[in-house]
Parts: sequence; C-alpha cells; structure tokens
Amino acid sequence: MKVIDIKNLTKIYNDSEYKVNALNGIDLSFEEGEFAAVVGPSGSGKTTLLNIIGGLDQPSDGEVIIDHTNIKELKSSKLIDFRLRNIGFVFQAYNLIPVLTARENVEFIMHLQGRPKAEREKRVKDLLAAVGLSDRIDSRPAKLSGGQQQRVAVARALASKPKFILADEPTANLDSKSAENLLDIMEKLNKEEKTTFIFSTHDARVVKKARRVITIEDGRVVSDEVRK
Amino acid sequence: MLYELKKLINNLKFNDMLWSVAWRNIWRSKVRSLVILSALAIGIFAGVLTWAVYEGMAIQRVNSAIKTEASHIQLHHKKYMENPDVKYFISNSNNIREQIDSMAGVKAVTVRVIVNAMIASAETGSGVQIVGIVPEDERQVTNLYEKIVEGAYFDGTRRNPIVIGKKIAEKLNVNVRSKVVLTMQQMDGEITRAQFKVAGIYKIANSVYEEMTVFVKNTDLTSLIGMDNTSGHEIAVLLEDDRTCNDIKDKLSARYNNLDVKSWKEIMPEVSLVEESIDISMYLILGIILFALLFGIINTMLMAVLERVKELGMLMAVGMNKIRVFTMIMLETVFLAITGCIIGIILGYLFTVLLMKTGIDLSTWSEAYERLGYDTVIYPVPDVLIAVKVTIMVFLTGLIAAIYPAIKALKLKPAEALRTDI
Repeated sequence: MKVIDIKNLTKIYNDSEYKVNALNGIDLSFEEGEFAAVVGPSGSGKTTLLNIIGGLDQPSDGEVIIDHTNIKELKSSKLIDFRLRNIGFVFQAYNLIPVLTARENVEFIMHLQGRPKAEREKRVKDLLAAVGLSDRIDSRPAKLSGGQQQRVAVARALASKPKFILADEPTANLDSKSAENLLDIMEKLNKEEKTTFIFSTHDARVVKKARRVITIEDGRVVSDEVRK
Repeated sequence: MLYELKKLINNLKFNDMLWSVAWRNIWRSKVRSLVILSALAIGIFAGVLTWAVYEGMAIQRVNSAIKTEASHIQLHHKKYMENPDVKYFISNSNNIREQIDSMAGVKAVTVRVIVNAMIASAETGSGVQIVGIVPEDERQVTNLYEKIVEGAYFDGTRRNPIVIGKKIAEKLNVNVRSKVVLTMQQMDGEITRAQFKVAGIYKIANSVYEEMTVFVKNTDLTSLIGMDNTSGHEIAVLLEDDRTCNDIKDKLSARYNNLDVKSWKEIMPEVSLVEESIDISMYLILGIILFALLFGIINTMLMAVLERVKELGMLMAVGMNKIRVFTMIMLETVFLAITGCIIGIILGYLFTVLLMKTGIDLSTWSEAYERLGYDTVIYPVPDVLIAVKVTIMVFLTGLIAAIYPAIKALKLKPAEALRTDI
C-alpha cells in the first residue's frame, strides 16, 4: 500500500540576493513498511525534502499526498493535528523535553492524542523495553547518554502509531556502537510494527542497513535503489 | 467550528500533563525564576502589609469615632444640624429614648444637651462645646469613662463636676480639682456663667475633639440654660451591630419623621471617606507595584521562550497545536506570578500578625496623626479578602504579562525553529 506519494516537488528559497533551488521536481513514492535512506552531500536537499514530507515546510510547487490526503490543502491547525496522528519525527539532536523523564517524553505524544491512560502506560512500557531502556524509564534526558536519548526519541516517534517516521540524520551525533545499536532497534521495530522509516543521512552505517537508498544531488533524484 | 470545539475539549483532557510540564519549566532556570519570584513576593508583601496597616488605621478610626464620639445613629431637631442653637431641642426626649431603647438591635440610648460656650481658667480661655450627659446612660453608649487619664468619671465631685480633654486642660493649664468658668447663652438669650470643678481629664485619639468637647451633668446644664430636664438636643443610639445601621436608621426616620435622623457616616463623612478611600488608594499602590512587576515578568518569560526556540519548534513539529503551546507559556507565567504571590501573601500575613500584637508606633509623627483623629500606635488588621483581592490582581497581571511571550512562541515556524542553535 502506498503511504506517501510525491509529485513534482519543487522548493525555491528566495533570499534577497540569491535564489536557491533546493528541490527540482522530485517524484517519489513510499510503500508501507519501507526502511529507506535518502542520501546525498550537504545542501543536496535531503532535509528540505523531509521537512516538506513532514508538513513542516511548504513546497513552492508540486504535492505530497499522504494516505489520500494532499497535505498542501490542510490548514495550519489541521496540519498540526495531521502530523500528530500520522507522522513520527526523530531529530538529529534528539530534542527530548528536558523536564520530562524518558517515560513522560514517550507518553507526551499519546497525551496529545488523547489516548486513555491504560493504553498509554502499556505502550510506553513496551516501547521503552523494545529500545532497551526499561531500567531508565524515570531518568531525565540529562542523565542519559546520546545513544539512550535517541532511543527514547525513537520510542517517542513510534508511540503515536504513525504511518511513517521521518528521521533527519538520526545517527549523526552518535558513536559507532550507539549508532549500530539504534539502527538495529529501528530495523526491528520497522519489522514488528510495520512502520515505514525514512532517513536522511550520509552515514554509511545507515546506508548499509537501508533496504532502499534514494540519492539526491542538487535537488534531484539521481538514483533510487531497492535492495533485497 | 465543531472541529475546533472537539480540539478544545481534547486540550482540557491533556491539561494535567501540560500543567506539570509548565510547572517544571519554571524551574529550568532556577536563579532567574527565583529573582522574579523574589521581586513579586517583596512587592506583594509590601502591598499586603501596607493594606493591612491602612485597614487597621481605618478600623481604629471608625471604632473610635463610633465608640467615643458619634455612636451609630443620632437624632436631632430638624433645624439643629444647620444651626446648632440651644432652642432647637427635642422635647420629650426621655420618652423617645425609652422607646428607642426597646427596639430590636439597639444596645443603648442616651440623651445629650449641647451648648456652645467659652471655658476659662485663671490664665486663659477657649471656645468649647459643652455636652450635658446622664453619666450612667452615657457609659452604656460611649466609652468616655474608659478614656479618663486623670481624676474620675464624674464620681467624687459634689457640685458642678466637669470632664475635660487633656488637650484643653494643657491649654488652660488646669488639673483635676481646678476650677473653670463656663459662659453660655440661656434659652431666653441671656448670658449666664457658672463655675465648674474638673472631675476628670480624658484622652482619646482625636486631639481636635479633645480640645473642643467638655462634659458636664445633664441636670447641671439644663438648670443653667433654663431648659426642662426631660428634653435634649441629641439622642445618641448605639447598635448591637454596625451592619444594621442603615436599616434601623430608616425605621427611626419613619417613626420620628419630625426629627432629623442621621447615621455616623452622615455625621462624620470624613471618617466614612477614610474607610472607603482605603480600597481605592490600595488598588492604586498595588497597581503601580504590579505594573512595574509586569515588565519584569515579561522580560523573564521572553527569555524563557527565546532560549527554547528549538524545543518549541520540536513540540509544534510533533503535533502540539497552537492552543496548547499558548496555554503552556501562559501557565508558566501564571504559575510564576501565583507562586510569588503566595510567598508574598504568607510573608505579609505573618508580619501583619506579628505587628498586630506589637503595633506600629507612630509617636514620632503623633501630633499630625492625633489631629486627624488617629491613634499613634497602629495595629494592622489581616484580612482574607485582601489576600483574595491581591491574588486576583497578581493573577491578572500574570495573564497580561504572558500574552506577549506566548504570542512570540506561536509565531515560530517549526522547520526554522528546529534549525536554530539554541
């Protein structure tokens, strides 16, 4: 089943002096359960692509259709709600809420969704166990290592049961061991939860694990390789 | 519309978590929060204490005005208030006194004969108002007898005893048992004079009253001016409870429509003005304190928002809608304001209770205060209502202060906010 359908996506940044074509007519689609990496050099348009797919930025032209909804047509408040219900985010700098514990960070999204308490508690427990942090559930981010924080972030992204997860350079701040560990966890969850994962990365370790690698250069898809 | 409504209801459900996040956010920058909390607490403390002091002053002034000077309600001849001439008396005032005394809510009633006169000692003279009283009745209505500082309240002196104020005693340079001469007009217009012997000297908070008012026995005065001793110029009524003042006043007005019936608020408008103006002045003072604090709170919250741009961007990205972001910042600000307010009120209350026991001695400025009718030692009065009023004002200040930082947070664009380095 097609989860994301991108048609002729164009993004032009109009600065006062320069006009930057960040994306030049990208056509892509993602199926349910994919584990895909978007790769390319710095400034190639990876982050812009992910931001537009995630509804954080508006395209200059073209459209993104997620599960039959053209997100360009959603008003700002509906778009936020759409993100809450359909998209999970993992950021390069983890971006957890510092005043909340690991458990609360994961639970927060479900709180926003208005899920009942029993469901929240069970899912938080299951997800933190899945990312190997059962013993750190009551720790605040400051007490966790980078790798542990990013694992909490993955659990948080999955908590809302999104259609897909966008991860912008999730391993960039991690050492090899933590990165490896995180990738294994994400791969496992991708299979168990059947959640689509889309990464932007230039980390070879991520590329190695990905089952589909999309290469972007100067805002254009230059290769789209599906592995077995 | 329905969508927005559903969203709002959902937001309310989420509130417990939002409240907890907002509260914890305040303590992220402890020093900054403590600085603004201290500013708030000190401001509120000062406001509460000042309010309690003024309240204490007003209550003392009102009590003194009722207990010592005017009592709750006074009845006079219709023309007496405009022109306090001896001929405008109430005939049969003793009967009226008995009738009023039997009314519900009335504690005691007394009849007074009032004559303007000159008082003279061997050294000097002065203008005074002589109040002829029935000492036993007057004791039930006013507390003059408690205010005697030298001599006694009419006891002990056989003929023509007089009780005078400390101030006039000093002015005339007389003591207990000194003789003074009173000169006054009789009912028929003739001038008469008589010698009185100082039986007692009283001292009250109001030095002007003390200088202007002397007391003699009703019977001594009526025989001097040639008035029958069942009449009087003033019937003073003390009530069980000040709150019934207007009701009883209305009843008396209806019953004695040939007389002029006035409450203490009408007789001494300046005293009731003090009582009423306190709230206004305190709102002004607190308003100024809170206005200054407003900018402190805005500054603090603006910093709190600007140093969390990335985090706010993340929250919006993952699906925290604008109402919730706005509510979170508002809650943080209000929590900060209310916490400072609670500390300030507790401090203010404790100090008030402490000062209520010791009193604040203003004797350095006693002359000025006494002339205005105030005691020189002020006992502040703690009032729950004051705390409630202050809390509401601080809460509103917090809300107003929160608006700008919260709007600033709303204007963030998630994609840009996430890219910032803060």
